[in-house]
Formats: sequence, structure tokens, C-alpha cells
Amino acid sequence: MDFLKKLFGSGNETSGQKAKDRLRIVLIHDRTDISPQLLNNLREEIVHVLVKYMDIDEKKIEIDLDRDEKAVALVANIPVLRIKRNSIEMK
Amino acid sequence: MSARVIVTTSGKGGVGKTTSTANIAAALAKFGKKVVAIDADVGLRNLDVIMGLENRVVYNFIDVIEKTCKMSAALVKDKRVPGLYLLPAAQTRTKDAVNPEQMIALCEELKPDFDFIFLDCPAGIEGGFKNAAAGADEALVVTTPEIPAVRDADRIIGMLESMGKSPIRLIINRLRPNMVQDGDMLAKDDILDVLSIELIGVVPEDESVIRATNNGEPMTMTLDSPAAHAYLNIAERLLGHDVPLMDLESYAGRGFFSKIKKFFRGKKK
Ligand SMILES: Nc1ncnc2c1ncn2[C@@H]1O[C@H](COP(=O)(O)OP(=O)(O)O)[C@@H](O)[C@H]1O
Ligand SMILES: [Mg+2]
Repeated sequence: MDFLKKLFGSGNETSGQKAKDRLRIVLIHDRTDISPQLLNNLREEIVHVLVKYMDIDEKKIEIDLDRDEKAVALVANIPVLRIKRNSIEMK
Repeated sequence: MSARVIVTTSGKGGVGKTTSTANIAAALAKFGKKVVAIDADVGLRNLDVIMGLENRVVYNFIDVIEKTCKMSAALVKDKRVPGLYLLPAAQTRTKDAVNPEQMIALCEELKPDFDFIFLDCPAGIEGGFKNAAAGADEALVVTTPEIPAVRDADRIIGMLESMGKSPIRLIINRLRPNMVQDGDMLAKDDILDVLSIELIGVVPEDESVIRATNNGEPMTMTLDSPAAHAYLNIAERLLGHDVPLMDLESYAGRGFFSKIKKFFRGKKK
């Protein structure tokens, strides 16, 4: 039975397909293994843009990469103190 | 003459860097180019054996760097193919016996006399890799169709890019066309999808590689085997010739079982 299953493929994923999926995810993780230095630069630039539009609590900012099995997300928690009035008119 | 300097690298060990270096270098020499292959794997030298020149090694490139001998004394001339040379590594030294600046100077000294300089890189991403890569302008990244090798290739490609090497091209080695066809091996396109770099050739798994290593004669010198053919094509592509990828299936030696399997798979759709 196992032999037949193997011979004709039982509709299950092939090991090649499995390898392809695992490889894709491994590389997503590897490539997002960014240095603290880079994350710090990113944070500074994000703050730089945000302060044009709002007052934020710079000391409480949290920026990090969140990884699970399928995807990676950039998660930012930025406490807003006040939206600037003229920010709506700014393009 | 000013040589193109190409590093052969991979990250992961044992994927075929040395085999590739020897065969591509020999193929280019066969095409009439003047080629030197430098064994940059200090302490674990292999290129001399794979090229079959181990009995003629007297000095090594560290002797040249330390001015123990002249460059011309360290270069081993291959008597089988005109224009092919080996610059051996030191076997009894460690990787920190050299630094990147010295490797650059070594390549600069060789450049005027050659068309191609190959640097056969050690495995890893540390000193040995950095030394070998320092002297190079271009890179060949070797991988096999397996997750660990492709993953390490990705890492190495990132490092080569940040070092400004260009072009960086990929060799997929030890591909088994029948396993790919049966869905049991990563296919060429699966690997190219994730690495997104230029492919310069696919080398099939081939027993002749082992025979050639036993005999100490790069396959591209004489043998007519699938892997020899693949390496000759890679050498041509390095010269800018537009050579189509080999039809590896025709080499796969399709067995009876894979034929009926294919037949049934076709029916199922
Ligand atoms: N296309 C191939 N088919 C079969 N065996 C291969 C092939 N390429 C490499 N090998 C074998 O794999 C082993 C490692 O090859 P080598 O070139 O020394 O790798 P590296 O320099 O990356 O460590 C050797 O035993 C070699 O014979
Ligand atoms: Mg090697």
C-alpha cells in the first residue's frame, strides 16, 4: 500500500514542494534578522516623519519585528499625545 | 591584459566549489584563455588534488606574500592544457596568516598576465571567505538543491552584494533531474525564485565527478559526461556566449517505473 501510495502520489504534497515552502519561510526569517543598529536607524527616521504630523511620546515607542510561522510583520506601538491641527492641510 | 577576478563561494561546505573552480578554469584554458586558479582555502587545501597537480606543488601563495619566493616559482603550470595555472594554498598555516589587503595585492600582481583569476573559497563566512572575496570583482555562488545550502547561499549573496561584487551568478550543482521530475527535489526555478540572482548553469549529479577526482583530471579536459558538458557551458557563458541550458532530462536515464508513474500522473489530471 505504501508502495502504491509512493508510486502514484496520494495527492499529498511532494517533498520538493515541502522543501520549497520551508525554504521560503526560512529565508524570510533570515533576511529580517536585522541588526539593532538598523532597527534604531529605522526608528529614528519613523519618528522624524511622525513628528511632522503629531506629538508623540518618544520615550515609549516600541518598534520590533514580529515573526510567526508564515509571515513577518513590523509592529510599532507609538503613543500619540496630540495630532497637530494643520497636519490635515499638509499634503 | 587585465584579468577578470572571480571568487567561487557558497557558505555551506561540500557543495562543489572546488570541483566547479577546477572544471571552469580548465574549460576556459581549453578555450584558449590564460587562467590561474588560486586555492584560497588555507590549511585545508584541495584544489591541487582535484586538478591533479599535488605532486608539483613547491611553494604556495603565502610564500609569495611573505616574499619567501617569487610569484613565478609558486605558480604550477598545468602541462595538459596550455594556459592553465594553479597557485596553491599553504597546508600547514591557518587562515589568519593572510589579510584582505594582501589578497588584493596578490591578485593585482597576477592581473596583467592572465585573462581569468579564480579564487576557490573556503566554506564559512569568516576570515577565509573575506580574504578570498576581497580580491575578486565577480562571484560565482555554488549551491545544491537542498534547504541548508540554499539558505547559506542567500546569506553569502547578501554579503557579496554589500561588498559590491558584480555580477554575482549562481551555479546549481548536483541536481538530479529524475528526483525533480518526481517532485522530490527543489527545482531550478524554486531556487531562483527565492534567491533572485542570475543563473549561470545547472550541473547534474554525476559519477564522473568522483572518477575525475580519483584520476586527478578535471572533467572538462577530456571526459564527455553530463557534468563536464555543464561546466563547459558555464565557461562559455562566462565568456558572454549565449548557450541554452542543457536538457537535463535527456541525461536522466528514465527508468520503467518513472515512465508508468508519469503516465498515470498525466491521466489523473
Ligand atoms: N555534480 C556532482 N556530482 C557528484 N558528486 C559531486 C558533484 N559535485 C561535487 N561532488 C562531490 O562532492 C564533494 C564535495 O565537492 P567539493 O568540490 O570539494 O566541494 P567544496 O569545495 O564546496 O567543499 C566531492 O566529494 C565531490 O566529488
Ligand atoms: Mg573546497
